[in-house]
Amino acid sequence: MSDMNLKLKVWKQNGPNDKGRFENYKVVANEHMSFLEMLDVLNEQLISEKSDPVSFEHDCREGICGACSMVINGRPHGPNKGTTTCQLHMRFFKDGDTITIEPFRANSFPVIKDLVVDRSAFDRIIQAGGYISVNTGQAQDANAIPIEKDVALDAFSAAACIGCGACVAACPNASAMLFTSAKVAHLGHLPQGKVEHDKRVQKMVAQMDEEGFGMCSNTYACEAECPKEISVKNIASLNRNFIGKVFKTE
Amino acid sequence: MSWVTTFFTSSIGRKLIMSLTGLFLITFLIVHLIGNLQLLYNDGGQAFNVYAKFMTSNPFIKFTSYGLYAGILLHAIQGIILWRKNATSRPQRYAVASKSTSSFTSRNMGWLGMIVLIFILIHMYQFWLKMKLGDVGMATYDGKQVKDLYKLVAATYQNPLFVIFYVLSMAAIGMHLWHGFGSAFQTLGLNHKKYTPFINTLGKVYSVLIPLGFAIIPIYMFFVLNR
Ligand code: HEM
Ligand code: SF4
Ligand code: FES
Repeated sequence: MSDMNLKLKVWKQNGPNDKGRFENYKVVANEHMSFLEMLDVLNEQLISEKSDPVSFEHDCREGICGACSMVINGRPHGPNKGTTTCQLHMRFFKDGDTITIEPFRANSFPVIKDLVVDRSAFDRIIQAGGYISVNTGQAQDANAIPIEKDVALDAFSAAACIGCGACVAACPNASAMLFTSAKVAHLGHLPQGKVEHDKRVQKMVAQMDEEGFGMCSNTYACEAECPKEISVKNIASLNRNFIGKVFKTE
Repeated sequence: MSWVTTFFTSSIGRKLIMSLTGLFLITFLIVHLIGNLQLLYNDGGQAFNVYAKFMTSNPFIKFTSYGLYAGILLHAIQGIILWRKNATSRPQRYAVASKSTSSFTSRNMGWLGMIVLIFILIHMYQFWLKMKLGDVGMATYDGKQVKDLYKLVAATYQNPLFVIFYVLSMAAIGMHLWHGFGSAFQTLGLNHKKYTPFINTLGKVYSVLIPLGFAIIPIYMFFVLNR
């Protein structure tokens, strides 16, 4: 097990109104660490030196909560496909590397501190219609409502979205279309979600616009960076639903 | 707000306008190219001038041309609004920019569109406006007088700077459509493994062949007809 000597260039910012700047650090990691463990080592070092540690967000550390937002060398969640920062291992870096770490940057994701950004804009999009308003009661028998295999697969793959915001961070326009379309798709594909589908589409898109996200230029940087590899087909289907709604009578 | 304003000021509504006007302009370019290729006939411009006369006097084509002007305006205005809005969505840029996950053309639609807009303005001033204002000579074929647009075009393409300008502008249109063609279908919500690969390939073929076809005209007229 060999040590890796790394140079880090990390964004430090004291709050939404602070201008922020890059700080340079040196850290010794090893290839078995995850990226976040490497940052833990850095922070222990900073704390023992009585310096301000680097704030970053994390929760599950197993790639399912979407908290570990940061841009590593220009790539949200780092260079690997379909991988969150917490699941990124240091073996993908080399001894002597300089790693630049920035927060997700978007007008709608203001920086709270250092690498931690406020992604509550996503919560408000969900609150606008990303739910099913029925009393679910007890869990249904599996297969009580038959769902075609392809439909179930589409719903499942859209439901894999962990709301991490990497799509916004990756998009040159900071657009939230991949997230919103995934949330619309995973409900809209299934019978329980169909009832409120049209209203949901309109309300969630309206809230997305309200939050100030950019418009989609179909660059597909979102799909390339999404740790859950959500497909841009969901965006097409959101477009289709939103446009189609205009031609439906109430 | 009525549903019309709500729809067309929403992000997806705005993109729908971009897509529909863009596809309309794509269709127009085919017709425009087929007509213009008559400039390559070695007949002193007769075929082209007769065609130009037809295009400016046929009522149906005149009507369609108003749609075209409106389409260009709408596409350009909406495009600039979109471009500006998108630029403000990330006020602070990344120190390290990732260029590997999206194409150059898709990231620069606004700039490419601006080049195309400047081209369209100069192009319309040079030919369309001069023709409208009757700033061109007359040619007589079979006893009938028509405006000699051919002569104006041929004279313009004697200037190598204009030849270069036209060729570069065609490159910009080609790049705009390299991304724009396929993108327009995604905006319409048309994305399916059955036809999307075909549309995207067609888009690449179109965005090379059509601008190339246009670019050949000034090059040919400069090197061949002028000699
Ligand atoms: C020959 C003329 C033109 C053609 C055929 C054309 C075609 C297209 C097409 C097909 C799209 C894709 C629409 C979509 O993504 O849904 C597009 C996008 C765009 N066009 Fe044009 N265009 C032309 C001229 C212009 C001009 C003059 C401007 C002026 C600024 C412009 C600005 C834009 C912009 C900014 C976009 C990107 C929209 C986005 O972010 O998605 N275009 N164009
Ligand atoms: S679509 Fe992908 S990148 Fe966007 S929030 Fe969901 S999981 Fe993250
Ligand atoms: S910490 Fe939960 S996904 Fe990374």
